[in-house]
Amino acid sequence: MNVEVLPRAGAQVSSSAKLAIADCDIHPRTKGSGIGGVSASLYPYLEKRWIEHFQTFGVTYRQPWEKGSAYPKNQPLASRRDAWPPGGGGPGSDLAFMAAQHLDPNNVALGILNPLGVGQGATNPLASDALARATNDWQVAEWTVDKRLKASVVVPYEDAELSAAEIRRCAPNKNFAQVLLLSRTAEPLGQKRYWPIYQAAAEADLTVGVHAFGNGGWPNTAGGWGSYYIEEMVGDAQAQQALLVSMILEGAFEAFPTLRVVLVEGGLAWAAALGWRMDAQWKKLKAELPHLKRAPSDYMRTNVWFTTQPIEEPEPRSQLAEAFDWIGWDRILFATDYPHWDFDDPAHALPIKMTEAQRQAVFRENAFKAYRQG
Amino acid sequence: MSSSVAARGPIDCDLHPVVPGLKALLPYLDDHWRETVVRRGIEDLTTISYPSRNPLSFREDLRDDTGRTGLDAGTLTRQALDPLGTRLAILNCLYGVQAQFSEDLGVALTRALNDWIAREWLDRDPRLRASIVVPMQNTEIAVDEIERCAADRRFVQVMLLVGSDVTLGRRQNWPIYAAAERLGLPVGIHAGSMYRHPMTPVGWPTTFTEEYVNQATAFQSQLSSLIAEGVFAKFPALTVVLMESGVSWLPAYLWRFTKFWKGVRSEIPWVSDPPPSIVRDRVRLTLQPFDAPPDADSVMRLIDHMGSDEMILFSTDYPHWQYDGSDPLPAGLDKSLCTKIMEDNPLRTYVRLREREVVA
Repeated sequence: MNVEVLPRAGAQVSSSAKLAIADCDIHPRTKGSGIGGVSASLYPYLEKRWIEHFQTFGVTYRQPWEKGSAYPKNQPLASRRDAWPPGGGGPGSDLAFMAAQHLDPNNVALGILNPLGVGQGATNPLASDALARATNDWQVAEWTVDKRLKASVVVPYEDAELSAAEIRRCAPNKNFAQVLLLSRTAEPLGQKRYWPIYQAAAEADLTVGVHAFGNGGWPNTAGGWGSYYIEEMVGDAQAQQALLVSMILEGAFEAFPTLRVVLVEGGLAWAAALGWRMDAQWKKLKAELPHLKRAPSDYMRTNVWFTTQPIEEPEPRSQLAEAFDWIGWDRILFATDYPHWDFDDPAHALPIKMTEAQRQAVFRENAFKAYRQG
Repeated sequence: MSSSVAARGPIDCDLHPVVPGLKALLPYLDDHWRETVVRRGIEDLTTISYPSRNPLSFREDLRDDTGRTGLDAGTLTRQALDPLGTRLAILNCLYGVQAQFSEDLGVALTRALNDWIAREWLDRDPRLRASIVVPMQNTEIAVDEIERCAADRRFVQVMLLVGSDVTLGRRQNWPIYAAAERLGLPVGIHAGSMYRHPMTPVGWPTTFTEEYVNQATAFQSQLSSLIAEGVFAKFPALTVVLMESGVSWLPAYLWRFTKFWKGVRSEIPWVSDPPPSIVRDRVRLTLQPFDAPPDADSVMRLIDHMGSDEMILFSTDYPHWQYDGSDPLPAGLDKSLCTKIMEDNPLRTYVRLREREVVA
């Protein structure tokens, strides 16, 4: 390693972290990268045909590299240097270590698991489907044994029919709390080709989480491909705005009024200005959108939530509370992004004045409501 | 031609002269290109950014019998300048020349367009100034065109479209910034696109509304590119003006950029100043459309979040429909701020607007 790890005298419980919290973005990882990008730890959950396929052809995405991300991360596996389990395996691959390093000391009462890099958006939707099913079985068998943790239904989202089938297969198992999509899709997520996913999620009363990143094949800006990792990271806020605009303006929330969407890791402070912009244009252009019964920002207030990490850091920090006022404190879900490098520590991540009710809402209650837990 | 302008009055930094059709440019094309345009039946280059019949493209109360307006200098000045007592106005012509896939045709049309602007608009009213339309298909020729037009000091800015072929910060575009800096011209980035890529990072939008709303995200990404690639460090005298961007996205955008800059700045070591201070010093935004909070109190909170009262430049965005009635200033702005927006900020931004005597 070329970066020093700060010495820490064991896990410490800080005073403000004593509140039992919900962490809406935790990344469990399969052990080892495996042959062809599929870890052998998924083999028990994969058909032989697919094991052989992955060993021969690997998993490919709409980006250049056989191994690694489109833009090199800033840290190996984009992870905290102290998150490698002492017993081996990558960060987030060892439940006991995750509990000791994060769930116990930070008093996580509800943790939403968001597996990444398991075939979402793969060029071959059948391969994506096989990996999604295996990942879902793996989560239930190896992770939700810790009752604080809830799994996400990973789906091959570019094939909505296969996705809906997988949602229906998993939905009876109450260890699942949401359906997981990534933000960088092949088309804007509001388009009708994705609606079977929303229909299945709404029927199953499962939240749809849309996590940052992925490989949809389009440049990450309207002006072409950015050069740097920072552009990709900052830029996911633009991708999340685009998918939210699409879902709202296409009428997904009119078609599925009970649909609950959580936008994960794309920031949230932008939501206020986006709502103002959509409303201003909708007033002039509503003839184009006769299916919308309410102002666009209204749907954000009833059907959409935002996770906090990586929380924006204005100077002075008090401006963040003003942004929360604009968005609505009931829309905001705390998340750490454990074990990634930009982990937000619950004791320090929100240095703003909050009432006790606001603190409870953001760190815990909003999530229990959004995910229908307890 | 020599002219002097009024000592006071607002300076409108974003108006759009409308090209009646490609026919209007024929006198400004040489024989070969005139024949090409006629023989191949190329009639018009209006893009899908501002479709002719779209409610946003022309204010309803200003449209003429053809459904459009702003097709000549007399109409534009009568509708947009006279009612506000506008002292100076910067014309940003949006006419699809950048979207031509053929570099040769794109360059020929761009040159004709700039000449048409000078002859049919700038020559007609001493209050008018313009941005240089640039053939974005080729950096080298873009620089030539900037230098050619800049000799006429009524051209006060270089204009690029937010939807470029390659991200604007990339080094291959730097000769444009070098030329602009050398000639004292801000680089204005306007809504619109070459349409090499969809307006969103997740593919083509379905509706015009979706397309237009997403133009704001395109500005965000381009600002990331300009900062990250080091344009502001390399060209210390360069000012970038974001035109028709929506404005109110800026603070939240900068909060996120700054967070990641703290985390991964080792990737872009030339960005040594905090991004908000770079942007406050070097980036300006035209006023309309101002995607404002619904309550007046929040408007000044938003301005507070921007951290500077020098960034916003007055604009009507004529003839686009961004506001109703006769007051382009959003409710809730302090009076002293309005004066800065309408006069001081534009004069500080555009060196050439400070020249009282302009000789074409």
